[in-house]
Amino acid sequence: MQQRIPLAICFIVGIVMIVQFFIPHRLSEQTFDLAVKWIRIITAFALVLGVRSITFRSIEKIKRQKKDWFYSIFTLLGLVITSVIGLGWGVKAGTPLRTIYNNIMVPLGATMFSILAYYMASAAYRAFRARTREATLLLIAAFIVMLGKVPLGTAISGKLPDLADWVLNVPNMAAKRAILFGVALGMIATSLKIILGIERGWLGGRRR
Amino acid sequence: MAIATDLWIWVGALLTLFIFSFLFGDNPLYKIGEHVYVGVSVGYFISITWHNFLYPDLIVPLFRQGNLLYIIPTILGVLYFSIFFPKLSWLIRIPMGFVLGYGAGVSIPAVLQANIIKQIQGSLLSTQVLSRWDSILWYVVSLVGIVCTIIYFFFSRERKGISKPAAEAGIVFLMVGFGASFGYTVMARVSLLIGRLQFLLRDWLGIIK
Repeated sequence: MQQRIPLAICFIVGIVMIVQFFIPHRLSEQTFDLAVKWIRIITAFALVLGVRSITFRSIEKIKRQKKDWFYSIFTLLGLVITSVIGLGWGVKAGTPLRTIYNNIMVPLGATMFSILAYYMASAAYRAFRARTREATLLLIAAFIVMLGKVPLGTAISGKLPDLADWVLNVPNMAAKRAILFGVALGMIATSLKIILGIERGWLGGRRR
Repeated sequence: MAIATDLWIWVGALLTLFIFSFLFGDNPLYKIGEHVYVGVSVGYFISITWHNFLYPDLIVPLFRQGNLLYIIPTILGVLYFSIFFPKLSWLIRIPMGFVLGYGAGVSIPAVLQANIIKQIQGSLLSTQVLSRWDSILWYVVSLVGIVCTIIYFFFSRERKGISKPAAEAGIVFLMVGFGASFGYTVMARVSLLIGRLQFLLRDWLGIIK
């Protein structure tokens, strides 16, 4: 029972979702809309588990004064202050939550991603030193695309932006499409395995 | 231009510098910025989830409109908390089964349509393409690239005969593709870096216009 009920629910919901896609009827559209709302509600409850986990972990760290416990105070303060402001004043434009988003979350997120430019460049220097034919190709394609997208590239040659577009639209597109086919077939196979109960990893633990 | 007097710009600028300090190695300022980001992000998503999902999709239909059908997702959601009771912890599989079944069921036709049928349509010659000789040539090159790359990923048979050079050509397309993706990603990151530097030099310090 502990496995059959979840497997049966997974099977029924999966089949209903596949079938509704192929039936262009009002009822099937309503079923889909209802399912989307239900999923939003269910996943919102799952968020509580995550919030509980991060809160308890931070409190535990502070209580026991574990390594770097001091920084957990900032996590907790950020969490509590932002959620109180968000829950109290709403999330629409002009609310205090938007001010926090624009002046704390955006600068922190953008800066974190921007410093990746430095690390990507230094990692690329170590990885791409043109030792093989393949590495050389990769390096050349990367340089063409990078130079073709900045004014410096146009200054070097007026044809560089066109070449960059060609690299993106022809060989890059061909490789991407082939990868996409593989990914799509893999996703379909995995989804079928989940619906049919062949893939049971999500049930967790030992088999009963 | 003068240095900013807006408190929020100072907050944004200092947090930006905290994160940039990581370039000199892990340090307390970076850790503060990192932990603030985690905390604020969680708080932000709690607020968004409540106002955009839970309140309009659950509270309004269930408690204001009296639609009892919404008791079902509520029960399914509450079952997530069964994990805290060892004897009942298996009940968490019920909402997980529902979510996985939904995800798997929705993804099969969607992936089939978007990632296979549409991509095949895009790879084939059309009357529009046939009007110009260069577009015909690049379409043929692209088609050859797709076939060769797929052959490269086919590991079920030994590569001999025509499949060997085809797979080698597939590697060439893959490497050019990876290089292009890498270049594109670096440019996106550099663009973000320029944005942050503009913020520091223009909005905060007022050095540039």
